[in-house]
Amino acid sequence: MNALPASSRFTETPAVRRKLRQEALAKWIFCAMAAAMVVPLLLIVGYLVVRAAPSLNLEFLLEVPKRGMTEGGIWPALIGTLYLVFISLAVSAPIGILAAVYLNEYARDNWFNRVINLAVINLAGVPSIVHALFGLGAFVYAARFGYSIISASLTLAIMTLPVIIASTREALASVPRSFREACWNVGATRWQTIKAIVLPNSISGILTGVILQVSRAAGETAPVMFTGVVFFKSVERGDLLPYYLNEQCMALSMHLYTISTQVPGVQPSIPFATAVVLLALVVIVNATAISLRVYLRSRKKW
Amino acid sequence: MTDPQRTPPAPPIFAVRAAKRAAWAVGGEKILEALVYLCGFSAIVFVLGIFIFVFKEALPVLTRENFSLAEFLGSSDWYPTSESNKRYGVFAMIAGTVAVTVLAMVIAVPFGLGAAIYLSEFCGQKTRETLKIVIEFLAAVPSVVWGFIGLTVMSRLIVQFTGAQVGVNVLNGGLILALMSVPIIVSISEDALKAVPDSYREAAIALGVTRWQLVWRVLLPAAKQGLLAAVLLGVGRGVGETMAVLMATGHAVHIPHSVLDSVRTLTANIAAELGEAPAGSDHYRVLFLTGVLLFTLTFGVNLIADTIVRGIRRK
Repeated sequence: MNALPASSRFTETPAVRRKLRQEALAKWIFCAMAAAMVVPLLLIVGYLVVRAAPSLNLEFLLEVPKRGMTEGGIWPALIGTLYLVFISLAVSAPIGILAAVYLNEYARDNWFNRVINLAVINLAGVPSIVHALFGLGAFVYAARFGYSIISASLTLAIMTLPVIIASTREALASVPRSFREACWNVGATRWQTIKAIVLPNSISGILTGVILQVSRAAGETAPVMFTGVVFFKSVERGDLLPYYLNEQCMALSMHLYTISTQVPGVQPSIPFATAVVLLALVVIVNATAISLRVYLRSRKKW
Repeated sequence: MTDPQRTPPAPPIFAVRAAKRAAWAVGGEKILEALVYLCGFSAIVFVLGIFIFVFKEALPVLTRENFSLAEFLGSSDWYPTSESNKRYGVFAMIAGTVAVTVLAMVIAVPFGLGAAIYLSEFCGQKTRETLKIVIEFLAAVPSVVWGFIGLTVMSRLIVQFTGAQVGVNVLNGGLILALMSVPIIVSISEDALKAVPDSYREAAIALGVTRWQLVWRVLLPAAKQGLLAAVLLGVGRGVGETMAVLMATGHAVHIPHSVLDSVRTLTANIAAELGEAPAGSDHYRVLFLTGVLLFTLTFGVNLIADTIVRGIRRK
C-alpha cells in the first residue's frame, strides 16, 4: 500500500494523490490518538515521582506514621496490604482455578452452564462499592466476622474471583484438544488427563492471571474500607507479623485516601510517595506477569 | 504372527493395571471431581448472594410509610441526617453519575477507537507490543491513585486553564474516568476489528482502496456491534467506579448545570456516607438500596454487552 512509484504503469492522477494524502493524514491522526493515551500517563507518573522524591527511601517503607499521620512512613499499611492480598488470593485462586477447570473441561453446552458463564461475567462487572456492601452484610454482620482482616480478604477474594476464572479458562483453552485425546486414548480418566496433561501445560498462563490479580487486590479501596481496614493502627516499626486475623488493619490504598483527603497538614511529599509506592507495586507485578508470559511463549511446544 | 497357537498373546498390561487401580485413588478422584463441580457452581452462588444480601439489608426501608420509591428515584432532596425532615432522594446523584459517565465516554470513545484502529491496522509489530504493555499498565493503575491524580494534578490544571473556582468537578471526574476506561475500550474494540474476516480486507484491497478507506468503509461497518459492546463495557466501568470519582468530583449534592460544577455520584455517595450511617438505620438501608440500583444498572449493561460479544464470536 505504499506510494506508487512515478514510473508505475498507473499514472498518478489528482484523485490518487488526494487518496494518498488522506491516508497519511488518517495514519497521523490515529497515531496521535494512541499517543494521547501514553503521553499523559508518562507525564503524570513523572510528576508524581518528582513530587515524591524527598520521601522516597527505605526509611519511608519501614517507618510507622507519626504525629497524627502527618510524618513518618507507611510500614503498617504496607504489611496490611500484604496480609489482605495473600489471604484473598489464597482463597480465590483455588476456587477460581477449579471453577475454570469445571467450565473448560467438564461443562457441556447447556442452559445451566450458560447461566454460570453469565454469572461469571456479571460478577466481574459488579461495582466495587457493591462488593463492599455485600462484604458488610454477609461477612461483617451475617457471618459475625466483625470488622476484620478476614472479612476484608474474603470480600476481595470474591471480587478477584471472576477475573481469575476468565484468565485460567483462557490458559486451559489454549492447550490443544489433541493432547487430551491422546491421553484419553491410553485409558486415562478425565481427572488424570487434567492432572497430567492440561494443568502442567497451562500452569504459566494460570500463574500469570493470578499474579495480575495481586495488583488489583492491593489497589482496591472501596471493598475493604467498610469491612476491615482502618485509618490508623499502632504497630511497631519493622514488625513483620503485627496483626491478628480477627483484627482490623491498615492498607496502602486506604492510607493514600486518608492522608490525601482526611488528614490536614500532612508533609506534602508523603501522599505522593505513597501513590508512587502503589504504582511501583503495580509495575513490579505487571512486569513479572509479562516476563512470565514471554518466557511461556518462547517455550511453547505447539 | 501367522500362527496364534505358537506365540502366546502378550499379557494385557493396560487392562490389568486399570483394574488394579486402588480404591482410594478412584474414590479420591470422585471427591476431587465433586469439588471441581462445586467450585464451578460457586459463581452463581456468589452473584445471587451479593444480590440477596444487599437487597435484604435494603428491604425494610421499602415498607416504611414515610418512604416512597418514586421519591427515592425522582427527588433531588438528600437530607439523610436532618432532625425534623429526613429526605432520601438520589436524583441529583443519578444526574451526577450520568454527567460524569457521559463526559468520560465522549472523551474516551473516540480516543479509544482511534487507538484500537491504529493498533490493529496501522502500526508495526513492535509498536503494537509496546502500546499493549502501556495499556495493560493503564488498566492496572489503582482507582485510588487515579483519584489522587485528579485531586492533585488534574484539579490544579483545571483551575489554571478554565478559571473555575474549584478544580474537583464533572470535568475532572470525566477526564479521570476517561483515562480509566480507555484500556477496556481499546482492547475490546481491537478484538472486534480483528474478528472481521480477512477476506473482507483482501476484497477491499483488491479494489485499490487505501487503508483509511478500508477502515472507514469496510472495517468500521463490519465491526460496529463489537465496538458498541466496547462502549457499553466502558459505560459499565464508569457507572461502577467509586474511589476515583469520590476524590475527583467534589462533594456537592446538586444537579450539575455545566462541566465545571461539582457533583456527587451514586457510588461516591455510598462510599462517603456508609461509615457514618448507624447500622440498621433508614439512612443505612437507603444506601444499600442505592447499591441495589447500581447492581441492577451494571447487570443490565454487562448483560447487553455480553450478548453482543457472544453473537460476534458465534459468527
